[in-house]
Amino acid sequence: MQGISKRFTTPVDLAGRLANLLGANHQPQTVHAVSDVNLAVIPGEVVGLVGESGCGKSTLGRMVAGIYEPTEGKISYQGKDMRLMTQTEARQASLSVQMIFQDPMSSLNPRMRVIDIVSEAPVYHGIIESAERGDYVATILKKVGLDPVFMQRYPHQFSGGQRARIGIARALAVNPKFLVCDESVAALDVSIQAQVLNLFMLLRQELNLTYLFISHDLGVVRHLSDRVVIMYLGCVVETAPAAELFDAPNHPYSQALLENVPTLKLRHKRFSSIKGEIPSPMNPPTGCHFHPRCPKAGPRCSVEQPVLRPISTGRQSACHLNDGGVG
Amino acid sequence: MGLVDPPGRIVSGSIKLGGKELVGLDDQGMRAIRGKEISMIFQDPMMTLNPVLRIDTQMIEAIDAHEKTSKKAALARAQQALEKVGIPAAADRLKAYPHQFSGGMRQRVAIAIALLNNPSLIIADEPTTALDVTIQSQILAKMQELCADSGTALIWITHDLTVVAGLAHRVAVMYAGRLVETGFVDDVLDHPLHPYTRGLLRSLPSEGIPGQPLEQIPGMTPSLGRLPPGCAFAPRCRNATEICHRSSPEGTVFPNQRLARCHHPFDSVAQPVGLTER
Repeated sequence: MQGISKRFTTPVDLAGRLANLLGANHQPQTVHAVSDVNLAVIPGEVVGLVGESGCGKSTLGRMVAGIYEPTEGKISYQGKDMRLMTQTEARQASLSVQMIFQDPMSSLNPRMRVIDIVSEAPVYHGIIESAERGDYVATILKKVGLDPVFMQRYPHQFSGGQRARIGIARALAVNPKFLVCDESVAALDVSIQAQVLNLFMLLRQELNLTYLFISHDLGVVRHLSDRVVIMYLGCVVETAPAAELFDAPNHPYSQALLENVPTLKLRHKRFSSIKGEIPSPMNPPTGCHFHPRCPKAGPRCSVEQPVLRPISTGRQSACHLNDGGVG
Repeated sequence: MGLVDPPGRIVSGSIKLGGKELVGLDDQGMRAIRGKEISMIFQDPMMTLNPVLRIDTQMIEAIDAHEKTSKKAALARAQQALEKVGIPAAADRLKAYPHQFSGGMRQRVAIAIALLNNPSLIIADEPTTALDVTIQSQILAKMQELCADSGTALIWITHDLTVVAGLAHRVAVMYAGRLVETGFVDDVLDHPLHPYTRGLLRSLPSEGIPGQPLEQIPGMTPSLGRLPPGCAFAPRCRNATEICHRSSPEGTVFPNQRLARCHHPFDSVAQPVGLTER
């Protein structure tokens, strides 16, 4: 992906337009959900995408999965710009990239049986014949650890962990190479979450999958990812191999984020925290987006936006501290 | 809190607050305690704050319910409470409606309301589950500080053992309606006695080795309407034997005020188990 941006614009509503006729000045509101992000994912890699809610990580994931069109920039798949592909190529590419959503209760149609949910896409795309869908769904359900006898049931008849597995089965049904998982385990209990995480790792080995794993849970990301990308307010602030990032985060935001993760080893600690909350993406701060909350901010931070620059092999960080200081 | 709706009811047992029996207390008696002696903070403040009333109205209501004060004094106390939980420009924010606050700020308002009458116990039900890490940390810091200052006891209901490790002195682990293990945080997290506690600890991704499969508890929580005979955890337990499927274990007391409900508890002294061995 190169220079990806996504802006959502709310058009001025009727009342606003009427008011404008009478001399008021209502402008359309624009949310800069993702601005100028570059991200390359190598086949077979697991990339963790981390950030607080509202930082644009889900929007980025949805653009990768082809659900949203980027406002600016291009998305390439296997070196080819998606927009320049022929129709067949584009269809192949978008079938190879599948998404698994956060809440399987709202992403699975409650009025469809599991067999229909899982087989709908492969039948439509001609991967299998309608007649063989029973066998096909059975193999896929087995792959995700569900008993094939459940295929005639409806989503509400399953537990949360099983529904998550159905969501995975549906994504796997079209033989994808790349899975975008958007908070896919966030709603699950720890013991069930462990089961689903193990399933993700098993499938990765068996099917040689590539993941973009979006999560706010740093523990989960650390466990699964090869490389971690940290976003703040629509921008990537740091990317690094997982082990290095968790050992020594570079960006002040990454440092704050890691410091705030409670772990089992820290007992009776005094919780402390970075001040303030994530600002509105409608009206982001000038300069570095993080400077109003940053303990190390200086005058330069409020004026100039830092760019993502390499700090060592495979690591990039967007902070003036790496580049002549904040003064 | 006496908030269990019919047909649910307390069948047996006793709940004591400062020596006072709460089970069987009439509505009026319970009302005097609720919000005064015990306050509760819920998971989703958007559901518990009234969306059509301003914050000050809701806060004054909570004060009025328990004592007679002038509106002015109540307002001053409400403002103080908001300041205590770290809401900037508290005087102005009193006039705001719940939807004008962010998630973290709303939870702060809920905490401020819980603190209004200086309760001796606060029950917090997953209050930070819906919040981001940095905001969760802010709320935890505030709760820690406020409880230490006022000497308020805190029951923090959560599924997140890492928060327990940082916040709590003692921990009680529940499974299928029963306490399966209680004890001091250091004892329980370092040397769990019950296989369920150990399973929970080991399934945490932050504690595993990156890239390696996590130790998982097979199966899922049984429905409370159809509990298996014997120990409720037995069908998912690696160490279960014939007796576990037949009879429900009694609570066994261990040194240092620990209790476990298991036929085959891990012996914490002879065989250290859990996190420290890795």
